[in-house]
Amino acid sequence: MPELTYREAVRDALSTAMRQDEDVFIMGEDIAEMGGSMGVTQGMLAEFGAERVRNTPISEMAIVGTGIGAAMQGMRPVVEIMYQDFLTLSMEQLVNQAAKHRTMSGGQLKVPLTIRTQGGAGWSPGAQHAQQLESWFVHVPGLKVAYPSTPEDVRGLLWSSIYDDNPVVFFEHRLLYPLKGEVPEQLEPIPFGKARIMREGSDVTVIAIGRMVPESLEAAEQAEAEGISVEVLDPRTLLPLDEEAIIRSVQKTNRCVTAHEAVTRGGFGAELTAVVQHGAFDYLDAPIERVGAKFAPLAFAPAMEQWVVPHAADVLAAIKRTVARS
Amino acid sequence: MAQVERKPRADEALSDERLRELFREMLLIRRFEEKVEERFRAGELPGFLHVAIGQEAVAAGVMAGLEADDTIMSTHRAHGHTLAKGTHPNAIMAELYGKLEGCSQGYGGSMHLYDLERGMLGANAVVGGGLPQVTGTALAYKFRKQPRVCVAFFGDGATNTGVFHESLNLAQLWKVPALFVLEVNGWAESTPMSQHAPIEDMSKRAVAFGMRSIDVDGQDVEAVYAATREARAYAVSGEGPVFLNVRTHRLVGHYIGDPQVYREKDELAEERETKDPIELLRARLELSDEELESIDTEVTGIVEASVEFAKAGTDPKPEDALKYVYA
Repeated sequence: MPELTYREAVRDALSTAMRQDEDVFIMGEDIAEMGGSMGVTQGMLAEFGAERVRNTPISEMAIVGTGIGAAMQGMRPVVEIMYQDFLTLSMEQLVNQAAKHRTMSGGQLKVPLTIRTQGGAGWSPGAQHAQQLESWFVHVPGLKVAYPSTPEDVRGLLWSSIYDDNPVVFFEHRLLYPLKGEVPEQLEPIPFGKARIMREGSDVTVIAIGRMVPESLEAAEQAEAEGISVEVLDPRTLLPLDEEAIIRSVQKTNRCVTAHEAVTRGGFGAELTAVVQHGAFDYLDAPIERVGAKFAPLAFAPAMEQWVVPHAADVLAAIKRTVARS
Repeated sequence: MAQVERKPRADEALSDERLRELFREMLLIRRFEEKVEERFRAGELPGFLHVAIGQEAVAAGVMAGLEADDTIMSTHRAHGHTLAKGTHPNAIMAELYGKLEGCSQGYGGSMHLYDLERGMLGANAVVGGGLPQVTGTALAYKFRKQPRVCVAFFGDGATNTGVFHESLNLAQLWKVPALFVLEVNGWAESTPMSQHAPIEDMSKRAVAFGMRSIDVDGQDVEAVYAATREARAYAVSGEGPVFLNVRTHRLVGHYIGDPQVYREKDELAEERETKDPIELLRARLELSDEELESIDTEVTGIVEASVEFAKAGTDPKPEDALKYVYA
């Protein structure tokens, strides 16, 4: 199987869709000549031209709103919001417009729009370029939310997002872009709402998203050295959520840790915890542990930043707490 | 070079017959909204409502200047626009009663009227909310080389939102076939323009983006029609969007039941006396009392029938609320 970086995998999904489908186009800030602030769309201007690879002004509300309008006409735009912190500027269009047109119109309208964005700590960007806001969008009926962690998943899920008839907020993590992984020869769509067991285990289930998937895999390796068998599950899409796979896993392991880079309080781990306690209440041998960032705007200095956001060591500590309870 | 034109060229003047049709349409809108107000006060309509009494010539004139494939997006004050775009009064009234036979099947209500078949892409309850979607819809027409325009209706209050500036900037930058119809009724809800904008001439805001702007008397349906034809021809030719700076008068409160404590009573009475677009068109057409009564009887009958239709409509099942969350 060929190997792609996470970054190349995103580009491959976009380019493959644009080669076969005139209705797909991309727009966002600095995505054309510059190839995007993360280099994801490099080379695409040369292949597809400035009509279909559209640089936009710094106007997040108009970027998303224009995407909604084109999607309402049956096109399949993929818009890029450079940092997910800037999604805050487009919230009105996402939350009040994209998410609600279908219901408000009594089923007449569809909004097949994909909003790609990225973010994440680990390089001292400070408080306005590193947030993880995925849980905000899971709270909005009408939106779908994806947060893939591997090259194969990001490619297959981005494809499914483009061809989904609903607005999808698609999260990528900055630190995952250079990661390499095997991908199928031919692009294979990955359905929404299907979790992936990243590693099988029998003592604890770690439900992790984004950067915390590789961190949790690392923690699982270390736990194994200490005789603890860890299952790592990546839901891949947060909305819809594969509750069945999550509950099945915890029913097997009887312990559960959730892990994301977003702040713990009100984070997606809270929703996962609710799903697990309801679906596997009688199976739990320990309280569910939540791993996430400490409750603070992200400080700039590397020492503070690294202390605030979670790492493999935090997941390992949480695993051990659940095991200690039995 | 951006410009503001005071007197649009009427390249296709309306015949008296067509003007009479527009008179009938405007009167239908008026009677419809009066009926809506009456039924709301009687406690029959849920939610809250905004009528556009005084602004009928804008709806009728713009829509008369469009082609069937053209599309619109409207605001919280959308009954007139939707009727003029061709949605049957029964479908709108049924929507206001929350019935499945409504144009949005009871999911939308007054502020979320939709009729895709007739090019009504949605009324929006967030001021300015539809503007970038008009830019995007027009972008799709440009992509597909379709000779169509998408029309945004909005009020002077919307010109103070950030999204107004983002949307017009992008529309002009990309020269998409959109018409931005600003209905300057002088009020942002209860706040007069003197308190919400530091300039009086809103066309300056469009001109600042390099957009062509046309000043229009919104109480004169012929002027609105002529400006729309002119603007439409310009937009579909690929020249770019056009801003219609339409001065009009809201002869009622912001919402039904609004006591309008913020408004001079004399001023409102005088505007009703001198600025009513229906009275102005009646005078222009020199309609006799008999002719007026005949048209009035006909449209009033349609409105009455729409209430009967709506009341006899089907209530949605509560659990239908989940039906359209996802496509």
